[in-house]
Amino acid sequence: MNLRAKKPGDSLESMELPPVSRLDLIKYAGASGDFNPIHTIDEAAEKAGLPGIIAHGMWTMGNLGKLFTPYVGEGFIEKFSVRFAGMVFLDDRLTLSATLKEAQGARQTYEAVVANQDGGKVIKGEIVFKMYGE
Amino acid sequence: MFEELIGKRSNPVQNTIERGAVRKFAEAIGDPHPVFTDPAFAAEKGFKANIAPPTFPVTFDYGIIEGLDLPKAGLIHGEQNFEYQRPLYVGEALHCYREIEKYQERKGKLGQMGFLFIKSTAEDKNGEIVMTATQTIILSETVRKGMKG
Repeated sequence: MNLRAKKPGDSLESMELPPVSRLDLIKYAGASGDFNPIHTIDEAAEKAGLPGIIAHGMWTMGNLGKLFTPYVGEGFIEKFSVRFAGMVFLDDRLTLSATLKEAQGARQTYEAVVANQDGGKVIKGEIVFKMYGE
Repeated sequence: MFEELIGKRSNPVQNTIERGAVRKFAEAIGDPHPVFTDPAFAAEKGFKANIAPPTFPVTFDYGIIEGLDLPKAGLIHGEQNFEYQRPLYVGEALHCYREIEKYQERKGKLGQMGFLFIKSTAEDKNGEIVMTATQTIILSETVRKGMKG
């Protein structure tokens, strides 16, 4: 299965993530260097007026990118733009999805979304995938 | 308060993309694909080295913009984008810097809000720009007022 064969309106296989855990966010803090405690420590989140710790937006964005990883042999992500439209809390069950909007020459533009268990969009994004060799 | 910083650029910092850092990052975003982690796989697929995940540049040091003193708490990451000329490779050294691209204020849910756009750039050893990223940071009215004091 390759991306080149996709037509506007086609989607990539969506992916449901395991419920967000504190360990996910601790690992991301360590790997990214973003140690803002609102992502890992309850008291810090509460002090900031949040009902609980929230995921790093960049953790969620990083996850979204993996929809395209199986296609690395065909090309690469040329543009990856997102708006962080909602907060992600512990135990949220997120679904990653991407639908082809437009294909032009070597470039395909996908609408990419991360939604929570209530259907709320926490990321609204766009990914331009550029094919090699064109 | 940020207007005078527009166009100000940090001094470039050299960042080398380390294999272990890429592997840990790929694991942390739940994407430990061999294209990021396994040299044999990369070679077999015709890559000159393993590549880094597209959001990996968040780990780079882009240097300090003199005069930019953001509060530690209360910032909201509103938007983020990355643009690539090509994937980034494990082992390569990049010169990275950032600048304040623009600053706007407008009324919103959190009062008179500030929107700070920071553009980050990575150049390869030939001086070619290979990646740019723009981050939009939102400052609520409360956070903005806290800074003035």
